[in-house]
Amino acid sequence: MKLEDRKYILNALVKNAKTTAADLAEQLGASEQEVAAEIADLEKQNIIRGYHALVNEDNLHDKPVKAIIEVRVRPEREGGFDRIARRLSNFPQVTALYLMSGGYDLMIEVRGADLNEVASFVSSKLATIDGVLSTATHFLLKKYKESGIMLLEEERDERLKIVP
Amino acid sequence: MSDSRSCRDFVAPHIAVLPKSGIRYFFDLVNTMSDVISLGIGEPDFVSPWSVCEGAMYSLERGRTSYTSNLGLLSLRKAICDYVAEEFGVRYAPENECLVTVGVSEAFDLAIRAITSPGDEIVYHEPCYVSYGTEIRMSHGVPVPVCTYEKNLFALDPADLEKAVTPRTRAIILNFPCNPTGAVLTDEQMRDIAKIAVKYDLAVIADHIYSELHYDDRPMHTVAALPGMRERTIFLHGFSKAFAMTGFRIGYACGPNSIVDAMMKIHQYAMLCAPTTAQYGAEEALKSARPDMHRMVAEYKGRRNVIVSRFNEMGLSCFNPQGAFYVFPNITSTGLNSQDFAVRLLQSKRVAVVPGNAFGACGEGYVRCSYATSLEDIRTAMDRIAEFLDDLKAGKA
Ligand SMILES: Cc1ncc(COP(=O)(O)O)c(C=O)c1O
Repeated sequence: MKLEDRKYILNALVKNAKTTAADLAEQLGASEQEVAAEIADLEKQNIIRGYHALVNEDNLHDKPVKAIIEVRVRPEREGGFDRIARRLSNFPQVTALYLMSGGYDLMIEVRGADLNEVASFVSSKLATIDGVLSTATHFLLKKYKESGIMLLEEERDERLKIVP
Repeated sequence: MSDSRSCRDFVAPHIAVLPKSGIRYFFDLVNTMSDVISLGIGEPDFVSPWSVCEGAMYSLERGRTSYTSNLGLLSLRKAICDYVAEEFGVRYAPENECLVTVGVSEAFDLAIRAITSPGDEIVYHEPCYVSYGTEIRMSHGVPVPVCTYEKNLFALDPADLEKAVTPRTRAIILNFPCNPTGAVLTDEQMRDIAKIAVKYDLAVIADHIYSELHYDDRPMHTVAALPGMRERTIFLHGFSKAFAMTGFRIGYACGPNSIVDAMMKIHQYAMLCAPTTAQYGAEEALKSARPDMHRMVAEYKGRRNVIVSRFNEMGLSCFNPQGAFYVFPNITSTGLNSQDFAVRLLQSKRVAVVPGNAFGACGEGYVRCSYATSLEDIRTAMDRIAEFLDDLKAGKA
């Protein structure tokens, strides 16, 4: 498939993971099989790593608590940050983890049922790990945009119904 | 009650005889209904790129709210001339060969007024944008439409064009990619048209408003780049379609200094300058919004593929247009004329399309459908049109 079409498929799936191969085939003027094969290939090459629902937790009853934690760690002579990062990644509370340039080393996104759960994860798990030098925890108050999607209800501009 | 005979009629006869746009009646009808999916909208469904809006706001924050030079901001004209040179291969001087206008609408009006003397004939292809014929008549010119046909993919046949040329012919108007058909010209057709313009010493008004929206894998092209053409072409373009900036109302005209100067004279007295805030937005568009534009074009292409294949599947022959965001399916197989087709489709299925004859007599037998609307709406509209055809066959619609 042309690179341009492959990009088209990726963009469409990033926007809506439920877009079907049949839908995409119609948009690309290709066969459903061709598109399915292309998607399979993207998955096989680990370019597509999964398909998620984008949830606006603000609208949930038992809305979970999220925090971003800046962590400074002591890198190891061999492997640098990788070993400790892998270890931290294993905690189910950790939903994202990045190595950062700048004033701290790891940025961890943590999720818990309530404030206590997150606080106790930080104090009893994270901070006690050998090599963790310091932590700074920031609780998320409100989400405006995630994964490129605006989460606020927006009014749409009403176009005229017929325009020459 | 006022007696119409007692009111003195001040309207000039040549204006009084102008028809109201054929779209107008239909527009009023659509507006009485709710729950309509409209494929009748000739403007992008995307909001203007954020960087453009932001650029306009920033100019306001800095208090840039005075008039600009009549020609438009020099920095914008420079950016426009660079863009045109880079993308179309024709170089214009920002100082005196480029004029920023209130949309292509104003640029077109200026071009026609600048070159037309009473009785001059202006040749253009139909079906076409609704303003062409009436604009010519407002300048006391004589509109000379030349039909284009589905069998030629609605391109202007150079032989038909040449037949329409007379000693009174002053200019040719070209709009490819075309509203309402989505047609484009091949390189060969464009060359032959250029030769006719040179042979009969005609001006060419090239309306490039849809140029970026093309789906063949070739670069944009303009008749102005062909031999002998730069000196006779008025190159019109704008930001409305490619950058989804219809409400900003910015367009431009590039051409030889003598013509631009004449257009500028009219513009200076009639308009003074294009809106300043919008000019800053346009400058930002050229600086940073080209990736947004490419993303929109990719999306239009996907929608075009869907709408064209759906029409053909349901048995309305629809050629695959290579540009703009319109398809122009042939509805003669239904036995209805365009007007009846559109009205009955609207009333029974709540889908609005524009009757082809609103774009000239030879648009009869076709309807214009814009795919500048969400894929979801396009699919629902196509389902409803297919139902409508079934109802017609069963004698129910
Ligand atoms: C062919 C054509 N020319 C000109 C215009 C006017 O565009 P603008 O918004 O730049 O005035 C349109 C708008 O629909 C059009 O389709």
